[in-house]
Amino acid sequence: MASIADTAAAPSWYARIPLAWWITGLVLLFMPAFAGEFVLYQIFGWTFILGMIALSLMFLAGYGGMVSLAQMSIAGFAGYMVAIFGDSAITDISQGWPWYVTIPLALVLAVLFATVTGWLAVRTEGIYTIMITLAIASAFFYFTRQNYTIFNGFSGFNGVLPPQLFGVDWRHPVAFYYLTLFWAAFWFLATLYVSRAPMGLALQGVRDNPRRMAALGYNVTAHRVAAYAVAALPAGIGGILLTWQSAQISPGTAGIGPAIDILVIAVIGGLRHPAGAFIGAFVYVILKTFALDILVVLGFDGERFNLLVGLGFLAVVFWSSDGILGLWSRWRTSWGRDRLRFPGRRTP
Amino acid sequence: MRTPGSFSDRLTATGTANALELRGLSRSFGALVALEDVSLTLRPGERRAVLGSNGAGKTTLFNCITGDHAPSAGSIRFFGEDITGFPTHERIRRGLRRTYQISLLFTDLSVRDNVYIACRGVLRSRFSALRPGRNETVMASTEALVRLVHLETVIDTRVSELAYGEQRQLELAMALAGAPRLLLLDEPAAGLSPTERGELVEILAALPDHLGFVIIEHDMDVALRVAGFVTMLHNGRIFREGTPSEIENDPDVQALYLGGPDG
Repeated sequence: MASIADTAAAPSWYARIPLAWWITGLVLLFMPAFAGEFVLYQIFGWTFILGMIALSLMFLAGYGGMVSLAQMSIAGFAGYMVAIFGDSAITDISQGWPWYVTIPLALVLAVLFATVTGWLAVRTEGIYTIMITLAIASAFFYFTRQNYTIFNGFSGFNGVLPPQLFGVDWRHPVAFYYLTLFWAAFWFLATLYVSRAPMGLALQGVRDNPRRMAALGYNVTAHRVAAYAVAALPAGIGGILLTWQSAQISPGTAGIGPAIDILVIAVIGGLRHPAGAFIGAFVYVILKTFALDILVVLGFDGERFNLLVGLGFLAVVFWSSDGILGLWSRWRTSWGRDRLRFPGRRTP
Repeated sequence: MRTPGSFSDRLTATGTANALELRGLSRSFGALVALEDVSLTLRPGERRAVLGSNGAGKTTLFNCITGDHAPSAGSIRFFGEDITGFPTHERIRRGLRRTYQISLLFTDLSVRDNVYIACRGVLRSRFSALRPGRNETVMASTEALVRLVHLETVIDTRVSELAYGEQRQLELAMALAGAPRLLLLDEPAAGLSPTERGELVEILAALPDHLGFVIIEHDMDVALRVAGFVTMLHNGRIFREGTPSEIENDPDVQALYLGGPDG
């Protein structure tokens, strides 16, 4: 866990950022110079979006110890709200309100939805939290599929496009890449920042020792619900961007499958650090995009790409309880270790 | 009431009410009666030792006062206010503090962060998403508390790396955060070396006079040196109350506790 002292003693904040982070940042910033439109839009755009939704789960599960399967539903809900209050091809339902009303409204409603979800879920622990949020996710899925007056049932909404702000077509691959990169970077840094602020520290305290936190004057239930509310923001923005990316939102976007995918992404990447959400999302997108080709080359049915995703998930979980980030830090530890020392000892 | 004011402000606000008033407090776990009809009154600033053998109900008494357990019967008044139905955090925000018999600390965090969390817990800004500034008053009070329990040399050490005695001192610092009005100390000297016990007695004796506490302690020496009055529990009931010398010289107490086979 990070320390308050980190901020108190900070010599120069940029000097403490490891080189690898600078390189990653620069590569991402100049990506459009050497990557094609497919890579920008489908691979990275999608990675950043799924990463943001997985980040909201990482915030709850990693810092708060609450595994919520409803984060994809919250993302989908925000996407639906933008389609319902803004513009879509379904003009009977869509209100056509301007973006500066619909987007904040969608996010506020997503936060409300998350608060209600959290309020129900925080009364439970462990497996029961997973069950109750899964129940909320499936209720949301079936409700959107069967409700035609608001959610337009099975087909959902198509033609949901981002506004033409500053004269930019935000669905153009380069513009969309920077749009998603901006929000992904924003929420990544915001999560890192909050993790060391009182709110994040207290959330980690609530995870480790709720009884003690109550005895220090913290309202444990309120703090957990607040975490759900805060986590709705990256999920909601991710959901809106996801809707714009494919120009549509339908029950399948936020079904049980996608809800579990978000869990897989967060766990593959690692729940200890916000970077895990994006690493997991990148691995997932790469597998989902190219597994089909690999399988066909190997002579298998291309439909079985989930097999590769599943095997990859099993492999990561089998070798590291802390995802790819855990594998990475263990590899670095063993690399930097003095090999003459007792080999079985793990550095703290 | 939420804003941390000075002790005297709060005292005048609550008049001359008792710091703690338990009336007929009972708690049972299934068929086991852990506490039965315990009534106890503590004046502001009073320091009381609670003695009793294992299973006498001492920790259950603390858990009922802090709200970890709801009492089966009876009422709890804290500085005149009936807090019987209050959740734990509301009692803490009114100035009640406790330490635990087995240290409940955040072992992954440094000493500073542990105390900082405790200081924040009793402030309105406990929900803040903004990081503290270098000169924030909470940081200053955090450091002051760490100095008070003599942990300044290990302030940035992770709690898991602290010696046992230092962890007990940290427990105490966390209980002193904010504006405490009454401390409940659950065996603070357990497992400490004789030297550390001496230091603990010094720290407790040096607390401001208006700050009362209830101390559960097996070590009669420690208990009788810091407390002016003793309540003895036996099988969940109050067995005797009196000054340390009265208790020490009471033949029944001697038979039950002091003169028992394990001395």
